[in-house]
Amino acid sequence: MKRKKVDLAQAPITFAKGVDERYKAATPLRGLLNKVFPDHWSFLLGEIALFSFIILLLTGVFLTLFFDPSMKEVAYEGPYSALRGVDMSAAYESSLRLSFEVRGGLFMRQMHHWAALLFMASIVVHMCRIFFTGAFRKPREANWAIGVVLFLLGFLAGFTGYSLPDDGLSGTGLRIASAIMLSIPVAGTWISASIFGGEFPGHLIIGRFYIAHVLLIPGGLLALISVHLGLVFAQKHTQWPGPMRTNTNVVGERMFPRYALKQGGFFMAVFGTVALMAGLFQINPIWLFGPYRASEVSSASQPDWYVMFMDGLVRLMPNWQIYIGDYSIPPLFWPAVVGLGALTTVPMFYPWIEARRLKDKQVHNLLQRPRDNPERVGIGAMSLAFFLVATLSGGNDVIADKFHISLNAMTWAGRIGLLILPPLAYYISVRVCLGLQQHDREVLAHGVETGIIRRLPNGQFMEVHQPLGPVDDHGHPIPLEYGGWVVPKKMNRVGALAPAIKGFFFPVEKPAEAPVSPGMPPVSGKDEREEITTGH
Amino acid sequence: MTAVHDKSTDAPVDVTDPRLSRFEIVKEGARRDEIEIVTYESQFPGVDSKAEKRVVRNIALLFLIAGVGGFAFLGFYIWWPWRFELGDTLSDYYTPLLGISLAVSLFGVGFGILAWAKKLLPHEVSIQQRHNDPSPSEEQIITGQTILFVGDELGQGVQRRPLLKGAIAIGMAPIGLAAAAPLIGGLIENPHKADPPIMFSTGFNKAHNGGNLVRLTRDDGSPIRPEDVSTGGQMTVFPGIPGGATNEWADSPTLLIHLRPDDAELTRTNANSDTRNKDSMWGDYVAYSKICTHAGCPASLYEQQTNRLLCPCHQSQFMITKNAQPIFGPATRRLPMLPLGVDEEGYFVAKSDYKDTVGPDFWERP
Repeated sequence: MKRKKVDLAQAPITFAKGVDERYKAATPLRGLLNKVFPDHWSFLLGEIALFSFIILLLTGVFLTLFFDPSMKEVAYEGPYSALRGVDMSAAYESSLRLSFEVRGGLFMRQMHHWAALLFMASIVVHMCRIFFTGAFRKPREANWAIGVVLFLLGFLAGFTGYSLPDDGLSGTGLRIASAIMLSIPVAGTWISASIFGGEFPGHLIIGRFYIAHVLLIPGGLLALISVHLGLVFAQKHTQWPGPMRTNTNVVGERMFPRYALKQGGFFMAVFGTVALMAGLFQINPIWLFGPYRASEVSSASQPDWYVMFMDGLVRLMPNWQIYIGDYSIPPLFWPAVVGLGALTTVPMFYPWIEARRLKDKQVHNLLQRPRDNPERVGIGAMSLAFFLVATLSGGNDVIADKFHISLNAMTWAGRIGLLILPPLAYYISVRVCLGLQQHDREVLAHGVETGIIRRLPNGQFMEVHQPLGPVDDHGHPIPLEYGGWVVPKKMNRVGALAPAIKGFFFPVEKPAEAPVSPGMPPVSGKDEREEITTGH
Repeated sequence: MTAVHDKSTDAPVDVTDPRLSRFEIVKEGARRDEIEIVTYESQFPGVDSKAEKRVVRNIALLFLIAGVGGFAFLGFYIWWPWRFELGDTLSDYYTPLLGISLAVSLFGVGFGILAWAKKLLPHEVSIQQRHNDPSPSEEQIITGQTILFVGDELGQGVQRRPLLKGAIAIGMAPIGLAAAAPLIGGLIENPHKADPPIMFSTGFNKAHNGGNLVRLTRDDGSPIRPEDVSTGGQMTVFPGIPGGATNEWADSPTLLIHLRPDDAELTRTNANSDTRNKDSMWGDYVAYSKICTHAGCPASLYEQQTNRLLCPCHQSQFMITKNAQPIFGPATRRLPMLPLGVDEEGYFVAKSDYKDTVGPDFWERP
């Protein structure tokens, strides 16, 4: 009997054919492999958020294997002797166990927390990039709104997450959260009682926050991130203007081989950064805070950085209480409920507001340099100034302490700063944008400043300009049209300097021929110079 | 993906032609995806150039570093002493070593891949066409009409049959409510149902102590005599009931302050001129709720010199000598004063519960 010989070389082909017969995958797969992505460093900011989210999922699953979301009172018997014998909730006890008695547990906890901070930070910076370059314009308005919701979900994920260990700091945060719920008119006490299952703190909140933190919020994040990326994929990424780039094409690299490889490398670099921070920088040392006790708190109780702006607004709010008959609205309501609500919903509508203001119904696939839309930059700078003052005020007790400033002066500085700095930021940034625009136009009209000063026969000094384009009969540059992209402003941007020679000890390649700079002829040999004499 | 790139008027390439190179087939595939590969050229002059070898060596080095880092991580993870011990021990370095070795490994892989992609792979510029145009208007009409047709079938059907209309309205509403009710209903708690009501009472209410006055106790439950608090001193006290110092009674922590005589005099004058705080002090002792009326943090920083109480969360400041009125920060309401007394055994008791509502403010506070 002769066995049929298996042709190993044919196996992948047979397999691929089999797949295509079943799923008709060849054409879509080719489209995927070939998809062109534009490239710019600022397009990678959102990726940091995505990669941080993946790290959060991986480390978070590990943490759930050891964490006990229960508020049952237990006495600590672990190796951290400072707390031995202290009564605490099972949640806090299991967090301590995770930190001290699980191999690599502290590393995983710190990695989770650092990744969360990086997640929120990269979301904020990514949103700035989208905002200032006008990437949210039609057809991408909905994706901007989804991004704002992602920030809000990240905020909630962070808050529920750092409440879970039930240490002194997170309990204080919960207490404030309960006070914020109480401040809501009419329904406040009912909302707080329903969420906490009775009076604060009750026995249920950690369990409820736990399921929100590990299932409901991450589920929402995952779903919205999928839609977010799906839209980027379907609508194709925006690109900067430049040579060959138009509103109807994408200039870049195909997804495979180069682009995907770079993404993989970047993920590893982000992962490495988080690992390094988790190893070297301590974060949230819950064992120092002790278990939550309603009667204890220390100064310098700050939330994570992305919550600090809200804490700052609460600190800065004057004590204005509104009385309506027998009822009243506490001042906490305005910054914490109305403020957070407005700050997370109003920005969602910005794309439509701007389109309406500019009567702009065009599809925009080319990004705008920030300077080309000064009002938008002004609004962005105004928001950032507001956010910065609010965030700094969230830590104003620490600033007051470290720099020996009066605490009350810090509060007043924050109150005044919150009103004055945003308009100032608006004015300054709009002026800066206009100035930059003007300089661009100047260079396009007259050329690059060479730094060469020429003295004219009549004694006048003038600087020589290198025209960027053609010149007319008199040698004057013909003004160029602004293309929405970087205008070279230094001579070495137009090739006046030789490219650097590669190689550390000796050149690995023949250096390229240095281009000849106009107005600066190459030094040629030794001139025969004559002594200057009076001529007699 | 049958649309043909408008720039290529030449005949479609026969991809089964054996003379074609693989890259030519790739180019043809790209063309069918409306992609023009403008440049795809090696970054190095010629094959096996010196520069290329150098880049390859560097990438190899990065991957080797990744391997070393990975082994180091495993080594530290397995053999380095990791159990926490108090004091300076080797285990203090466990987490930093894990972080550094894992980071070295991941950076090695990451930068190795990045260098490979950026330095070794050919430089590429491709142009893909976008399609900004909406669907053809004919398609828009067809889809719109289809949706309207569906609406007609269902909507007009209901319009013409009034019985159906009523039945659906009556039938569907309860279904929606029935689905929502168990999800939300179980969560709802009435904040005002308990007696005494939780929002307006603390552990110092007699009802929690079998009708007897509640003593002020330390967190270990021991009662306090007046001489236990020195002049100018302060102490956090709790209701002397079972579990009185636990979070079960999160609104009850109280600050007992022994004022200096002149401050006490001023405080007493101010308290007695107030209807609620009248006769609430005992000697030079005064007790205020520790729970800030702003956001509920413990207002725990007592400045002895100025008689101010500062809440560290949002910097509300209260003047002890003036019925704990807020003098700075976001708090609007004074800290409630606990009516102090001393029982026959000489221990501090609360003569009654707080007369003002303790804790953060809310809508229906009287």
